[in-house]
Amino acid sequence: MRLPLSDHRYGEHGVVLPPEAQDRHDDADIDLDLRLAMYRKLQEMRLFEKRAYDLFMRQLVKGTSHLSLGMEAISAGFGAAMRKDDYTFATYRGHAHTLARGVPMTPVLAELLGRSNGLMAGKGGSMHLTSVEHGMMGSYAIIGAHMTIANGAAWSAQYRGSGQVAVCFFGDGTTNIGAFHEALNYAAVYQLPIVFVCENNLYMEYTSIADITAVTHPAADRAPAYGLEPIVIDGNDVDEVYLTARSAIERARGGGGPSLVEALTYRHGGHSRADPGKYRPDAEVEAWKAYDPITIYRGRLLRIGVEESTLDRLDEEVLGAVELATEEAIAGDLPAPESAFTDVWADGGSSWRS
Amino acid sequence: MAELTYRDAVARGIAQEMRRDENVVLIGEDVAGAGGVFKTTVGLLDEFGPKRVIDTPIAEQAILGAAMGAAMTGLRPVAEIMFSDFFAVCWDIVVNEIAKTRYMTNGQVTVPLVIKTGNGGGLRFGAQHSQSIENWAMAVPGLKVVTPSTPEDVVGLMAASIRCDDPVLFFEHKGLYATKAEVPDGDVVDSLGVAKVRRAGSDATILALGMMVPRALAAAEQLAARGIDAEVIDVRSLVPLDTTTILGSVSRTGRLFTVEENPRLLGWGAEIASLAVDECFWDLDGPVQRITTPHVPLPSADSLEDLVMPSADSVAATVEKALQP
Repeated sequence: MRLPLSDHRYGEHGVVLPPEAQDRHDDADIDLDLRLAMYRKLQEMRLFEKRAYDLFMRQLVKGTSHLSLGMEAISAGFGAAMRKDDYTFATYRGHAHTLARGVPMTPVLAELLGRSNGLMAGKGGSMHLTSVEHGMMGSYAIIGAHMTIANGAAWSAQYRGSGQVAVCFFGDGTTNIGAFHEALNYAAVYQLPIVFVCENNLYMEYTSIADITAVTHPAADRAPAYGLEPIVIDGNDVDEVYLTARSAIERARGGGGPSLVEALTYRHGGHSRADPGKYRPDAEVEAWKAYDPITIYRGRLLRIGVEESTLDRLDEEVLGAVELATEEAIAGDLPAPESAFTDVWADGGSSWRS
Repeated sequence: MAELTYRDAVARGIAQEMRRDENVVLIGEDVAGAGGVFKTTVGLLDEFGPKRVIDTPIAEQAILGAAMGAAMTGLRPVAEIMFSDFFAVCWDIVVNEIAKTRYMTNGQVTVPLVIKTGNGGGLRFGAQHSQSIENWAMAVPGLKVVTPSTPEDVVGLMAASIRCDDPVLFFEHKGLYATKAEVPDGDVVDSLGVAKVRRAGSDATILALGMMVPRALAAAEQLAARGIDAEVIDVRSLVPLDTTTILGSVSRTGRLFTVEENPRLLGWGAEIASLAVDECFWDLDGPVQRITTPHVPLPSADSLEDLVMPSADSVAATVEKALQP
């Protein structure tokens, strides 16, 4: 499963798959309806985040936000392979992971806008998206800890015999923090039903991961130290992600224990809203933008016989849905002031004294 | 009624709740096979088996992360952090994740979790195994903070903590593990947020927590011999805080003394002193006084550790001096 990019070296310009490799999953065993659903999801993530960026520029979204433009195939592929009651744990760059679980766009956008119709009614914001009813167990803004928390959900599923699997996304930068190592050892020791997914976009915030990591593949090269198979995949090919996800999740569900997947990808923009990403060589950015997950996938769908008009219609539908979500989100009321004082405690309140 | 040590009471409280609810599980370093380094979990592995009583790696982040994730998804874990000093290793998960999640998710996620730990000094362990850190926890919105001082309270407050839907930090005092007292037979269930008057008195209110409770009671006996009738209140729970009992007592006696193991700056007594000034200033007959350790890490040598920690003598001397006309 690994390998197509085994000669990939970080920090070198334009090192992406050659165009002739793009047809390698054309005849994969994936249902066409599922492929169209994944295509739609890729577009939804893309157009949603472009809209979120526009709303920043209009100063309607405050604080910070971390977009995953260019990285959508990983969320979409895993989302398609997960069971409805499986658990997702994501990082602060979690918009796409949230949409991947079927969370509607309106409450997500409203949350970014700080409205009462937001996913957490304005108490979480962009970095803390959570929708328990969709299995979206949270986005976590400090790297590492959530890998240990995802273990807990996997342990609980194992304890209850529910057959649920936890899928935990994290970035390449996380591989250098202690919790990454504690979590992997823990998952392996107890054979937890969990899949760890490193979204390696080649940059740890503003710094090339290659410059500050002792191994070439920051996640996969460490997997064998925990008794896990090193798996490196093309994270821009949604079919490859889906096939990898399907087998890793199946293995976890069947009692085969954890997996660690390193998916190579690239973010089109900077680390966060404030970052134009100028530290990256132009040629590298251009090469990866040309290797865009949506472009690749559209090409494949056309090659296998999907009509261009079908895809155009899907694009339009998604754009219409984003327009509608924007209107609905902006129309939401501001949170009631008294809501600042609710839900510190399970009784719904915030009182710390008698 | 049976006489029980404080350390055995910990296991009894956990066992009582594990029998009642199969979603209660216990994890921590050496808690299963060894029965805990302080022998507070002896017998639990035998009764409940390795699925429910689990030895973990020395990895405090992994322990508390697993406990939190399990608590979010249907279990009610009790996790042990061996010495409370080690909270510093996993403070991110305690403060940024466990404490804030219910609020940030607007009530979607509750974290019914107990973190039990050996807290406090007096055993010559030195500065990295002797701290009292309950005031760190008290400062974080979203955590409940409990410190029992008797075996009966250990059982009852452990049961109440496990049944609580919020995360509870359960501070056992290492210096009390060997103490013994009667505990009623059958299930014992207490309430969080209720202070207990351990000794009624009319001249002064002394507030104490954990191992400082028996010291405050001994001080009160010394004071009684000198004609001063002190009331001793065991705070038991810093969050939620029983301000009704505490401020009611202060209003009656007119004098407030707090006895803390914490280093002086920003100990919990400062918060209660501030409350007393806010809410019953006109009932006070003199300044609130805090008896604390000085602002130093705890030394190891017995002579030095005894010097810096509050003792019955130092409490009695402070109260007596303050009440002199």
